[in-house]
Amino acid sequence: MTRAPATAGIGTGIIREWQRFTPGERLGRYAVYVVSAIAVIWSLRTIEVIPEFLYDAPAQTADLFQRMWPFDWRFWPTVLSGLVETLHTATLGTLMALVLASPVALLAARNITRSAWLNQLANLILVSSRSVNSLIWALLFVAIFGPGALAGTLAIAFRSIGFVGKLLGEAIEEAQRGPIEALTAAGASPMAILIKGYWPQVEPAFWSVALFRWDINVRESAVLGLVGAGGIGVALDTATSNLYWDQAGLVLATIFTVVVLTEIITSRIRTRII
Amino acid sequence: MSVTLPRRTLRDAFPANWTVRALRLGLVLYVIYAAGILQISWARFVIGLDQGGKFLGRMWPPNMQAQKLQLITDGMLESLQIAILATAFGVLLALPLGLIAARNLTPAWASWTARALIALLRTFHPVIVAILFVKAVGFGALAGVLALVVASMGFVGKLFAEAIEEISMKQVEAIRATGAGFLSVLIMGVLPQVMARFVGFVIYQLDSNLRNSTMVGIVGGGGIGATLFTAYQRFDYDVVLTILLVIIVIIMLFEVVSTRIRRVFQ
Repeated sequence: MTRAPATAGIGTGIIREWQRFTPGERLGRYAVYVVSAIAVIWSLRTIEVIPEFLYDAPAQTADLFQRMWPFDWRFWPTVLSGLVETLHTATLGTLMALVLASPVALLAARNITRSAWLNQLANLILVSSRSVNSLIWALLFVAIFGPGALAGTLAIAFRSIGFVGKLLGEAIEEAQRGPIEALTAAGASPMAILIKGYWPQVEPAFWSVALFRWDINVRESAVLGLVGAGGIGVALDTATSNLYWDQAGLVLATIFTVVVLTEIITSRIRTRII
Repeated sequence: MSVTLPRRTLRDAFPANWTVRALRLGLVLYVIYAAGILQISWARFVIGLDQGGKFLGRMWPPNMQAQKLQLITDGMLESLQIAILATAFGVLLALPLGLIAARNLTPAWASWTARALIALLRTFHPVIVAILFVKAVGFGALAGVLALVVASMGFVGKLFAEAIEEISMKQVEAIRATGAGFLSVLIMGVLPQVMARFVGFVIYQLDSNLRNSTMVGIVGGGGIGATLFTAYQRFDYDVVLTILLVIIVIIMLFEVVSTRIRRVFQ
């Protein structure tokens, strides 16, 4: 794919070969390929897999699905209240993330904050927020605030700061200079420049990021209950640790339906508004 | 000569928008209502802050004992293995899936089947998939790898299909006109157009799998997550802090490496 067919110089005996990439580029690519291959082989050879567990995997899987059906509908009230809590957790967490991420996004945007040092600091906050998973955030907040939806909401909010802040910061950096210069020339204060110059340009991106993150957060808040942070995950955790797979099946079916519904809703809103 | 204009002819540059105000009021009311349902209150928050101070006190300084560091290194290496294997197999499986799901290359029935499969794979959170795999193949790294393979297939498959749908058909038609078969059309007409973006997806997925591999351990899927959860349950909060710092540093390092790799393929 990287090599075009050779063309021979007619009569001169010179053979010219055309290549798409420079030797340096090819070297870089081969280096990446080789390193990836080594990494995969290393992982395959050293990862610990217990073969005894594998012999009965098909039987275990069949057993799993057999025990899930029919669903245990007596469990439904618990599932429903967990579901309501999950949806509120996702929504409140997203709103809180928007509030917390906006100042960080302003700090991270190089056209607003002129100090490279502050940009780096904001970037550090954003990366830390994203590297720590929502479940691990939830563990920390459960240790601080005790089990319940408060810990879940804060976990969702802190995990979303990185995502929202990064995308929002990029949107602010892409804002056009024209309206900003006009406002500056008119003698507008920094606050007025932000509200009347930047905000109208960033607003569509802001709401689409919020919607996108809400969609993700509904999925994420459904599992926070596994570490005690409230929501439908608590029901799932109870069911699986009691090995009541018919209850777990009901929870999974509920999560499936809700996730599909939120995806339909968000895509509807996106096409209509944005 | 001065002209005084009547007040009302001056157009208000920023008229009040009542719809937006009503929406904002609704938002505030919702926040109050939802906070009530979740039993989030200021008093609880203040108690929590006090508790948080104690918690941070027990976390600091991070535990740097050689024995704990050895445990953390082992866990982190296993997470790395999980991430690498999940990305390799997930992407290999996502390639044909994404190709079939692209509506401009395959017949409608095939692409819709592939799209439904991708949607199904993407619905469940990797942790839930991990719970099911722990039941199927037992505790350990394999369950984590399988759960993340499912996540990678769904994500890369979707993005890959979208990338293929955006290619220019002119090159594809040119290759077809030479009488090339389907495979040659793919290799000469389609792949060169999507290769750079595809590498980007793979790097992103490896990054995402590395983050998620720290999480599947909590439900028994192996890796640093298992080490972290054990430390947490034993109230060894200083070890928890060390693990969190290691995770953050490794992910930041990986971000530097991935920008390098992207540059190679541009």
